[in-house]
Amino acid sequence: MEQKLKTDFDKFISTSNFSNQEIKLKKEALDNFLKNGFPNRKLENWKFSDINQIIQKNIGELAFYNDYNVENEINDDIFIKEIEHNKIVIVNGKVERLSFEYEEKDKINLSTLDNFNQNSNDDNSLLSLNNSFSNKIHNILVKKNYSFKKPLIIYQITNEKVSNTNINFQLNFELEENSSIKIINLSDDNSEKNFINNLFNFNLGKNSILKNYKIDKKSNTNIKYDYSSIIQKENSISETFIFSSGSHYIKNEVNCNLEGKYSSAFINGIHLLSKNKHHEIRTRTNHLYENTKSYQLIKSVINDSSKSVYQGKIYVDSKAQKTDGYQLSKALLLNEQAEFNAKPELEIYADDVKCSHGSASGSLDNNSIFYLMSRGLNQTTAKELLINGFLLDVVEKITDDEIKKLLKNMIGLN
Amino acid sequence: MRDKQIEDLKDYKYGFSTDIESFKAPKGLNEDVIRFISNIKKEPDWLLQWRLKAFERLKVLKEPNWQKPKYPKIDYQDLYYYSAPKSFKEKPKNLEDLDPKLLETYKKLGIPLQEQKRLNGIAVDAVFDSVSVATTFKDTLTEKGIIFCSISEAIQKHPDLVKKYLGSVIPITDHFFATLNSAVFTDGSFVYIPPNVKCPMELSTYFRINASDTGQFERTLIIADKGSYVSYLEGCTAPMRDENQLHAANVELIALDDAEIKYSTVQNWYPGDKDGKGGIYNFVTKRGLCKGKNSKISWTQVETGSAITWKYPSCILKGDNSIGEFYSIAITNNHQKADTGTKMIHLGKNTKSKIISKGISAGKSDMTYRGLVDISKNASNSTNYTQCDSLLMGNKCGAHTVPYIKNKNSNSNIAHEATTSKISEDQLHYCQQRGLNQEEAVGLIVNGFCKEVLQQLPMEFAVEAQKLVGISLEGSVG
Repeated sequence: MEQKLKTDFDKFISTSNFSNQEIKLKKEALDNFLKNGFPNRKLENWKFSDINQIIQKNIGELAFYNDYNVENEINDDIFIKEIEHNKIVIVNGKVERLSFEYEEKDKINLSTLDNFNQNSNDDNSLLSLNNSFSNKIHNILVKKNYSFKKPLIIYQITNEKVSNTNINFQLNFELEENSSIKIINLSDDNSEKNFINNLFNFNLGKNSILKNYKIDKKSNTNIKYDYSSIIQKENSISETFIFSSGSHYIKNEVNCNLEGKYSSAFINGIHLLSKNKHHEIRTRTNHLYENTKSYQLIKSVINDSSKSVYQGKIYVDSKAQKTDGYQLSKALLLNEQAEFNAKPELEIYADDVKCSHGSASGSLDNNSIFYLMSRGLNQTTAKELLINGFLLDVVEKITDDEIKKLLKNMIGLN
Repeated sequence: MRDKQIEDLKDYKYGFSTDIESFKAPKGLNEDVIRFISNIKKEPDWLLQWRLKAFERLKVLKEPNWQKPKYPKIDYQDLYYYSAPKSFKEKPKNLEDLDPKLLETYKKLGIPLQEQKRLNGIAVDAVFDSVSVATTFKDTLTEKGIIFCSISEAIQKHPDLVKKYLGSVIPITDHFFATLNSAVFTDGSFVYIPPNVKCPMELSTYFRINASDTGQFERTLIIADKGSYVSYLEGCTAPMRDENQLHAANVELIALDDAEIKYSTVQNWYPGDKDGKGGIYNFVTKRGLCKGKNSKISWTQVETGSAITWKYPSCILKGDNSIGEFYSIAITNNHQKADTGTKMIHLGKNTKSKIISKGISAGKSDMTYRGLVDISKNASNSTNYTQCDSLLMGNKCGAHTVPYIKNKNSNSNIAHEATTSKISEDQLHYCQQRGLNQEEAVGLIVNGFCKEVLQQLPMEFAVEAQKLVGISLEGSVG
């Protein structure tokens, strides 16, 4: 693999036009990845999902070279018709279209970054891999006091041109004071057996609001890793919703740093799994300042021989007095072969805090099924009704009514 | 060389131990030392081979390092693996020589003067020695057919039982410290309860003759045969002085059909001084196997001592309808560190487990609850309930909860809850308004917090443990 990485990297650099500084940084990132390789179960964070093994088993040999010079056609049919929205269209890791037609042009600044955050996290070599192979990083800056009028939908498309390939993609958002944005991140996979590695950075200024909804619904055999880093200043609010169902394997990771007072982070997620899928959500909320709040609700419905994992950590720094942290994960196992693993973790160094977590897993309640059947429903409908109710709990947490309606339709929950 | 050692040890004529134990093995860990231990204890060949096999395994094992509290590297070649108890010459002559802090604690716990001496190895007048108590004790047990003796004695007298069960729960291929213990263990307790016998009294190491100075590598084996019941107490509420820093004991429990074992621990080893110097490393492996149908194993622990406590008393629920329970109070103060919890491994059908853990950290200490609940594919209709609460006092300490939950069976339910908070100002205010001073108020509230666990302890233990909880937290408020 090492040789392949090196030759593909050289090919990638020679076909792109990066500055010397960028090439230097990318080389460093590559070296870091070469040193650590793909994460495996020996690392605590990867205990339940050995991505090294999963890639070996499902893909085998990966190619790392991705030609960003090819033009990809975009079929307009895939766009959401129900709501008016701004678009970013990404095909095979390349940004093909950026359209902010509903917004005031002078309130947004679009640029590409020359410098990237060198996350040389030993525990997470995938960030290094992303840094070394991702294309130019787009930065979207929302200026002071500006709120997006319409949601932004990020279409993340893969087409049949790629297979057995590693696609790395990175996007940056900066929200200045008093600004706000609503994002829907929609995956549309028409490819098979790729390893897709996404990294999203969000910098939230004072009083800003980020609403981020991530939807992975279309069934496909890709393996995905999706990392969101959210850094929050005073009074800022972030809301993250994850619907994870389509891909063969996904690990969604959300890392929130609550750095300013009265900042709060909400992360809600759904795993709706069948066949032999294996999905994981890992959240880490770092309370680094006084009076911060975080809330996580994760629910899994696990069918066939699929596997759902939730790892959640609430970290409270000794400075972060008056922290309010709550975390709940629930799982429904519908089949003998289904599996649920959880590691809800608290790491607390301040005393004046209110932190709790809960985790429950089990089967559907027979009494509830009986109750519904005694009222004339057949068993299948009764079960469906209970499952819908179980998941709706999470969807109802979405604070934007228009998007909530759209997502309910999309997911098929009413 | 050896002659000289024997000569030195002649001072030891008052001995409450037998002569064989007066030898000392040379420093270091190697095959010769293991042979030496085995030889001196006149062990059968199979046990020596077993020890050597463990030692072979140890050579390839690495010390685990995933735990939260880190400790300086231990030089295993620099330890004595077999040494006779200290002679009276080296021991403190009378109570005045002891740390006044220690004496103060004894006073608060209400420990009689003679007991205080005994605990610190000061020569006790024979009249006051509890040997006589123990003898009457032994008669009652023998009548019922209960075997309660040191493991060395059991190896000589009941080799079949030892051979059958030793290492059946903690195999010699287990983790580093368990394997180390298997290779070099010196002594410990052995309990066998015959079928359908309910042990009439709480068994305690405290009452076993020769129980003192079992050394740092203790090995305990408890077997409850079909339909039997036993309650076993380990440790004692009074602070214990000990010269060895590393304690790596192994405790194995085996419950056959319809049997029940209740194992209670109060651990109060020397925690080091206020600045975190010294103190015991308590790295114990405790594991119970519910081998038979309808069997039950219940662990209760009150952990207040040691510089580092690192242990996970576990239950393997193999028999159908078996039950595992874990009740724990862990208190850390000053620079103490604890990483403790349990593992509940559900293998049989209709198995149930319950975990109640209360952690209290004060001063500059650090406390971690780490637990595993694993329900395997075949363990249908199993349930687990876990509750772990932490209380923090001050913002220089830490409290962490790291539960691992694995559910592979759709007919099984797991529920887990955890909270972390501090003592509420309202509660404190209420108590102080009614005339309690701050320390008393904190003691009262903490005892209420721990009540669920304290009530699992045998009566006379519970009262002492309650006092201990208060004492452990002294000086942490304000």
